[in-house]
Amino acid sequence: MTTTNLPAAATREALGPTLVRLQQNGANIVVVDADLGKSTSARTFRDAFPERFFTFGVAEQNMISAAGGLATLGHTVIASTFAVFAEHAFDQLRMSVAQPKLNVKVVASHGGVSTGEDGASAQSVEDYALFSSLVNFTVCVPADVVEAEAMVAAAVATPGPWYIRTGRPKIPVIYTDGPRFQVGKADMLREGTDVTIVACGLLVERSLRAAEALEASGISARVLNMGTIRPLDVAALEAAAKDTGAIVVAEEHLTHSGLGAMCAQAIAATTQPVPMEFVGVQSRYGESATWDEVLEIMGLTADGVEAAARKVVARKR
Amino acid sequence: MVYGAQSGHIGGSMSSTEILAVLYGRIMRHDPKRPGWVERDRFIMSKGHCTPVQYATLAESGYFPVDELSTFRKKGTRLQGHSVLGKPEGVENSAGALGMGLSFGLGIRLGMRLSNIDAHVYVLMGDGEQDEGQVWEAAMAASHHRVDRLVAIIDRNGIQNDDFTAATMRTEPLDEKYRAFGWEVRAGIDGHNLEAVEEALAWARDVRGKPALVIFDTVKGKGVSFMENNPNFHGAAPSAEQFARAMEELA
Repeated sequence: MTTTNLPAAATREALGPTLVRLQQNGANIVVVDADLGKSTSARTFRDAFPERFFTFGVAEQNMISAAGGLATLGHTVIASTFAVFAEHAFDQLRMSVAQPKLNVKVVASHGGVSTGEDGASAQSVEDYALFSSLVNFTVCVPADVVEAEAMVAAAVATPGPWYIRTGRPKIPVIYTDGPRFQVGKADMLREGTDVTIVACGLLVERSLRAAEALEASGISARVLNMGTIRPLDVAALEAAAKDTGAIVVAEEHLTHSGLGAMCAQAIAATTQPVPMEFVGVQSRYGESATWDEVLEIMGLTADGVEAAARKVVARKR
Repeated sequence: MVYGAQSGHIGGSMSSTEILAVLYGRIMRHDPKRPGWVERDRFIMSKGHCTPVQYATLAESGYFPVDELSTFRKKGTRLQGHSVLGKPEGVENSAGALGMGLSFGLGIRLGMRLSNIDAHVYVLMGDGEQDEGQVWEAAMAASHHRVDRLVAIIDRNGIQNDDFTAATMRTEPLDEKYRAFGWEVRAGIDGHNLEAVEEALAWARDVRGKPALVIFDTVKGKGVSFMENNPNFHGAAPSAEQFARAMEELA
């Protein structure tokens, strides 16, 4: 897989059109929204099925508990807002969705720091941690718009609580030949023998670019797209440790509580732990700048991933 | 139950006893033999700490054996300290953190409307629970979406965990606030007078075009002299001596 001349699209654009298609094909979807349907693309569903779309105003807590109630009637409920505002209803997610294991899918857009100009309050750096801490939740992050469509479809087809984090900026499409998403399975986008880069979200394409740069200097890097954060594909991680002897985890999230931390826990429990490095947000909040600039400030770039890979490979020796 | 477990919320259970008895005995369309019947009315216990009265009512209605009540809060029980959806069958929501039941009930009623089910949803809240902002989000949304067959009930016993509600957070006048939010409201009903309770709940059941609220005036710890209106019996179990005296008074 090469990263030149890829088309671009925002993962948030997948939600509305995918839901319309699924509903037209016989799904039983209800969408609840908290006044952000234009930005999340949920309004596309409202335009096609207005009677199946409920706005709750800017009141996420009420929206999430009501979503749980709606789900008890057998409806597949999609709760749509921004990632930071989904966090606003944490106890409702716990009591009204996770504990009773209800069929509510939180699809939250504008995740991570790549919301850019809106600054720290709008940048979710803790949502993987929060949603992964909710027992019974499946947590997914798409690497591109094609995978986002596949994740929404998989969520609708699978009973139980899900969280899918999508993003605001237009990012390169990786899966130009169609999605390969399977829940709970890492997708190996590139084989390699010296180091494995485990990534999710927009860091996947950046990790592929890092792997190309590493190859030019003789380091063979495997790239795993860990689209499902929970449940984690422990078998793929074990194989990565065994086959390549070093792991870098790259994510748009706090390193101490996100995918990296969860991978480290899994690796530490194997018979063959290996050195690891973590690319992510380092115990800080964001700031205003263009989305690309914020990623640069945080080191969430192909260069950042490449440097971490070189460091972890050096630690092997 | 609470004495046996040596923990649990007895005061708010005793203030709600007649309300639940009338709901399950006279008002609600339900069938203990078919707890999953999709056309059934739903009872949502929003003040999820009042499981003693909820479990006792479900057992007396035939949802599970009365003997099982003695397992309340004990190892291996289905009867947890706070309500858990489906444990046992007949419990329609998970609660314990306050303020979520009206939202959950609203969601159920919206889901029924989509599925063309004309059943009712009854949500029991405490008056202390009205401190929670989410309650008012739900009150607003129920009215906005023109939801009917949604009946909210406030057990206004005047006491919450630490103190009297008036001393903790002034939420009155609740009737005027709900009316301003677009609800049909009846207030000042004696929650321990079975006829008055039934009359008010039957009225609320028949309201159409709007959500309905009944505010019952009740006595926390009703029926036991030393528990009545005593903030110390919100979440405390009686001692052996207190238990004996209470059973004597209630006999």
